[in-house]
Amino acid sequence: MTDETAVKRIWVFIEQEEGRAHQVSWELMGAATRLSKELEGSQVEGVLLGYNVAHIAEEAYRYGASRVYLIEDPVLEKYRNLPYSVGASKLVQKYKPEIFLIGATTLGRDLGSSIATRVRTGLTADCTELAIDPNLKILAATRPTFGGNLMATILCRTHRPQMATVRPRVLPLPEPLPTATGELIRESLDLSEDDIPVKHVGFIPREGGLNIEYADVIVAGGRGLGSPDGIKLLEELAGLLGGVVGVSRPLVDAGWISYEHQVGQTGKTVRPKLYIAAGISGAVQHRVGMANSDFILAINTDPNAPIFQIASLGIVGDLYEVIPELINQVKAMQQGTERS
Amino acid sequence: MHTVVAIKQVPDTTNVRINPETGTLIREGVPAIINPYDLHAVELAVRLKEHFGGKVTVITMGPPKAAEALIECVEQGADRCILITDRKFAAADTLATSYVLARAIEALQEEGPIDLYLFGLQAIDGDTAQVGPGVATRLNVPLISYALHIESIDPEARVAVVHRKTERGIEVLRTRLPALLTVLKEIAPVQRAPLPNLIRAARYKPEVWSSTDPVPFDQDQIGIRGSPTVVGRAYTPAPRQAGDIIRVSELGLQECVKRALQNVQASGAVDLASIVDAKRPTDGNGGEHS
Repeated sequence: MTDETAVKRIWVFIEQEEGRAHQVSWELMGAATRLSKELEGSQVEGVLLGYNVAHIAEEAYRYGASRVYLIEDPVLEKYRNLPYSVGASKLVQKYKPEIFLIGATTLGRDLGSSIATRVRTGLTADCTELAIDPNLKILAATRPTFGGNLMATILCRTHRPQMATVRPRVLPLPEPLPTATGELIRESLDLSEDDIPVKHVGFIPREGGLNIEYADVIVAGGRGLGSPDGIKLLEELAGLLGGVVGVSRPLVDAGWISYEHQVGQTGKTVRPKLYIAAGISGAVQHRVGMANSDFILAINTDPNAPIFQIASLGIVGDLYEVIPELINQVKAMQQGTERS
Repeated sequence: MHTVVAIKQVPDTTNVRINPETGTLIREGVPAIINPYDLHAVELAVRLKEHFGGKVTVITMGPPKAAEALIECVEQGADRCILITDRKFAAADTLATSYVLARAIEALQEEGPIDLYLFGLQAIDGDTAQVGPGVATRLNVPLISYALHIESIDPEARVAVVHRKTERGIEVLRTRLPALLTVLKEIAPVQRAPLPNLIRAARYKPEVWSSTDPVPFDQDQIGIRGSPTVVGRAYTPAPRQAGDIIRVSELGLQECVKRALQNVQASGAVDLASIVDAKRPTDGNGGEHS
């Protein structure tokens, strides 16, 4: 029989909206599973809050959770800071996890800070790497700081749980095990609607629905575009490749395109299969948002542009020549496939 | 209406350089600025004061130099500024910082009622976005992070309707006041400081609070002692292995593009030829929420 109190619990917050789990939860489950192998006596568990969401626990087992703690309550139907942080903190105080990982989404960043404050522990935000320190046997959470100019490994030596948030798409999505099962532990919240000072009174869905974090192909432009018209060229190539347009920060600051397209430290982190960087010099603030892409094709007139230091292939040339030719040749390849 | 804004003076991270030998930050010559998000928080507070009357108090925890940032807030229209400074606060993480700011706000609450607390979404030097939520939790006031727009605010009825930006869209939330908002830049465009403010700021001296006076902060909860997290190691990011660089001026345009596409195909990352009916990830929810 295992001693319940001796188990080192590695927790993952399972973020859900409208009964659907956010993929970052499973990315974290994969990380938790890797950490668990380095930490003797540990097990991976999920924390699930919501209303009518019990079915998500089944998914959590397949991604590696051996147990899911579930609080279902009508006040949890839509995310609000108070009931979610009270509920999660109550679970922390009762089950005393060693590590607690949360997605660095708007929801997770809002929630994580409140839980850490309620239980008085340390929280490391927006980590890009998680490991167990081999000597100290504690979480070593690495994050970019000073606008991505420096990486810092943060330790939380004495307070528990050791908390960290990780942005979507920073970690790979693990393969689910279709037959895996686990144990469901139900807990209650004990809050009524009257206790909650914030009410949802409306929702305006995002226009366009761009989802750059999960695009397989991103055609990105930077200052080298020179004019907002260049974005149309990026869109044409992105359309051919089934991708989306990304940009570096100056283009958003100039008002040429909306923030949703921004890749980098203050924008989105992406890891597409193909990232085409056209007219992007590759300042570190941009690189931290895209350096995990599988293949990086850089196009720049300046052979010394830092983007070439991380490019899988670099073309020194004018993007206004290179992209139209890419469009021509890709079209030719795709027509060739259709004929065959 | 009394609004309290918490700000931070930060190094302008777009100018930060790293010493490649030691992997440490070169701080000399890096200008210190008001955290950009915080400027918009101050601006919002000033706009609310113009509309409803009342006052704007700005607080910051930082080194003595952070007084400069507070004086800029007076230029913007702040009435009272408090610099919380003491060597004992140094090396505070977000938990210790939220303790100090929350405790300072409690001291201000004793002087009179406060209707609204404003923080920038995050500071550009740390990007954690934790301090505002931490303070709201400690003060036990409603938190609305990622605040984009105030639809309405009624200090008499003590209620506000606030738009909050998320990945999926905009939540419209009604909250009781006082509440704490962490704001996006869209919340209020920063306007040029009017001349009377500049004149007042030229003579203004912020109040200075230490770790013991006028508020006796709990010495176990401040600075390094009050910080559960420590930096174990800091280093410059390892560069990714660079691939070949080819030049249009040497190989010609067609050949360069041909080689690029061959390289992409050979890497196996994507099959370019097969993407004809390409699925565009346009579903705002489905893509993110598998």
